[in-house]
Amino acid sequence: MKVRIKFSKYGALRFIGHLDLMRTFQKALRRADIDVTYTTGFSPHQVMTFAAPLGMGLCSIGEYMDIEVDSHRGAADLKERLQAACPEGIDILSVRALPEPEPNKKVISAMASVSAAAYAAVFKDGTRSFSDWASQSEAFLSQTEILSQKESKKGTVTVNLRPGIRELHVEDGALVFTVDAGSRGNIRPEQVTECFFAFLGVRVPANALQLIRLELYADRGTPEKPDFVPLEALGEEF
Amino acid sequence: MQLPDFQNRLALPDEILLSVEKPARYIGGEINAVKKDKRRVAIRFAMCFPDVYEIGMSHLGIQILYEMFNRYEDVWCERVYSPWLDLDRILRKEKIPLFALESQDPVKDFDFLGITLQYEMCYTNILQILDLSGIPLLAKNRGADCPIVIGGGPCVYNPEPVAPFFDLFYIGEGETAYRQLLDLYLENKAAGGDRKQFLLRAAREVPGIYVPSLYDVTYKEDGTIASFGPVREDVPKTIRKEIAMDLDRVPYPDKPLVPYLKPVQDRVVLEIQRGCIRGCRFCQAGQIYRPVREKSLETLKEYAAAMLKHTGQEEISLNSLSSSDYSRLEELVDYLMETCREKKVNISLPSLRIDAFSLDVMGKVQDVKKSSLTFAPEAGSQRLRDVINKGLTEEVILQGAAMAFAGGWSRVKLYFMLGLPTETEEDIWEIARLCNRIAAVYYDVVPKEKRNGPVQIVASTSFFIPKPFTPFQWASMCTKDAFLQKAGLTKHAIHEQLNQKRIKYNWHEADVSVLEGVFARGDRRVADVILKAYEKGCLYDAWGESFHYDRWLEAFAECGVDIGFYNSRTRSRDEILPWDFLDCGVSRDFLWKEWERAQAQILTPNCRQACQGCGARQFGGGVCFEKREDMDS
Ligand code: SF4
Repeated sequence: MKVRIKFSKYGALRFIGHLDLMRTFQKALRRADIDVTYTTGFSPHQVMTFAAPLGMGLCSIGEYMDIEVDSHRGAADLKERLQAACPEGIDILSVRALPEPEPNKKVISAMASVSAAAYAAVFKDGTRSFSDWASQSEAFLSQTEILSQKESKKGTVTVNLRPGIRELHVEDGALVFTVDAGSRGNIRPEQVTECFFAFLGVRVPANALQLIRLELYADRGTPEKPDFVPLEALGEEF
Repeated sequence: MQLPDFQNRLALPDEILLSVEKPARYIGGEINAVKKDKRRVAIRFAMCFPDVYEIGMSHLGIQILYEMFNRYEDVWCERVYSPWLDLDRILRKEKIPLFALESQDPVKDFDFLGITLQYEMCYTNILQILDLSGIPLLAKNRGADCPIVIGGGPCVYNPEPVAPFFDLFYIGEGETAYRQLLDLYLENKAAGGDRKQFLLRAAREVPGIYVPSLYDVTYKEDGTIASFGPVREDVPKTIRKEIAMDLDRVPYPDKPLVPYLKPVQDRVVLEIQRGCIRGCRFCQAGQIYRPVREKSLETLKEYAAAMLKHTGQEEISLNSLSSSDYSRLEELVDYLMETCREKKVNISLPSLRIDAFSLDVMGKVQDVKKSSLTFAPEAGSQRLRDVINKGLTEEVILQGAAMAFAGGWSRVKLYFMLGLPTETEEDIWEIARLCNRIAAVYYDVVPKEKRNGPVQIVASTSFFIPKPFTPFQWASMCTKDAFLQKAGLTKHAIHEQLNQKRIKYNWHEADVSVLEGVFARGDRRVADVILKAYEKGCLYDAWGESFHYDRWLEAFAECGVDIGFYNSRTRSRDEILPWDFLDCGVSRDFLWKEWERAQAQILTPNCRQACQGCGARQFGGGVCFEKREDMDS
């Protein structure tokens, strides 16, 4: 059975990279004595995929991984045992079963499902607040082009972020926005905040902001009319 | 909107953590790390491995001591590793004091800073740790506001090159005398005693403790030692190593730390025994850990299960100098294979002799096609193997190889040393010929249709460095040029072989070996050079990318210390060696006898074949008291 696990990553674990997070979960699943399915061969490994790597320094309340289990004693038991095996800085938020795919179809993995991501940006030290610029968010979005410079191997590339920004507003002093992610093309949250400050003409020191991933979405709609739902909504209680 | 916690409670602010290579090295909080309330402990102990996190985290000895100290309710032991070069620069620039991982508190606030010395090339890193902690580099300049700096580990069997940097050294295994040392510390503190009083009492009362400031050394005109001894009557003249005799009753980390970063050894480690019966004459570990003491099978089974359960690790490895000599190896391996198959855990079995049993086991636990066999003949010719007392014969190697090739293996690794005492060009040619004969065995044994590609042989040579407390402690070592010449000849000789295309040859850096030689057998005058080199920016000398031989040579020249004096001289029997005041249990007479036998190319039987009366029987246990009726002697 395929199981989708939603978790948060915060505190000092902001400084753990993606590969190390994977290793941490591999070991936590073993300590939790969860009956994870293994590949066959001389060095069997757990069947496990992550939705989208989180950048170093970010925290999140919307991370996902899919695992496969050979047996289980219900979602509540699995959640409790995995939580007990996790270090401080990881909370298991939900555990859901992915429905069996239709004949001749595969389950779509967390990674393949991702099409958008929601983020919040706040000032780390709390001395400033995005509320000061709440009224400008609409003007920012009403631009037809939001140009972001990206350093790449071939030199500097300019991309227009605007079509990929699905939503942006200020809430409780935080800048909250949803951007395209995964298969649809990836916008890094830093690109959005940089462009926002450039639009305002405000200089903000590096590292002043804390970025938080709030959710990862799958798209159940059509290219013309997307229908974003959190990845966990594709799973069922068990 | 409910946001998760992103408060930084670490010693380093976000902007620094995000600017260094692997921030996870500095955040602590690993699974099984021990957290205590600092207000409720009497002693805070910072345990340091002076190398980068991923190396230090892999070290078993630290984990054992971490476990032992933290079992004491009144002690909180935390870990410290060397900050990598990127953070090193930042800490100096921003004047941020070095901190311990668990509490993230400055090292300087601790009662003790224990530094383990596992290899000589970490010596400048000791100075880095002290410097970044804000502790004066020289023990004599430290005051009441500094932790007591302790050295331990195998290199303390000659502590002299780093003696001025330490307040005291603990000689031998940590499990026996630390509690006594800590109690003395508390008692001294309660009585209002100062640092000096504590050190004096530690030297006088606690076994295994060497306080360098209480010993004085004088030199003859030729540079050798004229006298060495305590400055006071009531301080012991010799210090005997500490040793734990019942390994079933010492603390063992059944909940080892599980780092976030991938350490060099990403597995749980099961120590099955200490010591080695074999007595290879170049090997320091084979002497200083005598006598061999085994753990019982029951203990090992219990630990293996507990460690896997508490860590979730995917691999378990046996730790010992020569696993094949563990008397109940077959039963242990059977047990492990059983449990590991169930739990999908890999087993790694280093230091196994290649024979029918080990090949059978390895065939079951690893992918034969991908793995390689390891032989450590150490010398190419039988003559030279007799000199070093390496019992491995060519017949055994070729038979082992034949069996392995028949079993599907096609890769072989061979380890040799260059520059061993009495070595001739002929011995070096024999390295090449041995590699060639092994390759030939493959083509003899494996019919063409069954070959899994061509045979691959990797020969590696390291340079021989004489170590204290070995029969070769009196021997001379080669110069850098001589080493390079020997490596060149080895390369040439391999090229001349029929199967040369199937043999790959690697050799070690010679520069580092030269320094290691000086540090291994140096005296207190070498400390000046280490200090000078550190001031010139030497750090992480064990890492090729940060090793600067030229700076070291400058430091030697400026201090007027001659490398040749330490490396290129054969010592006489009556010369006072810098480490003679230490007693590792094995007598000087035994080592001298072995040095003579080496030169006469006479093999010495191992402890189980016939006791040689090396002196280690004084510890009252281990292999020295095993029944030998059924052994030929
Ligand atoms: S006393 Fe004998 S048995 Fe014991 S370690 Fe020495 S040689 Fe081996």
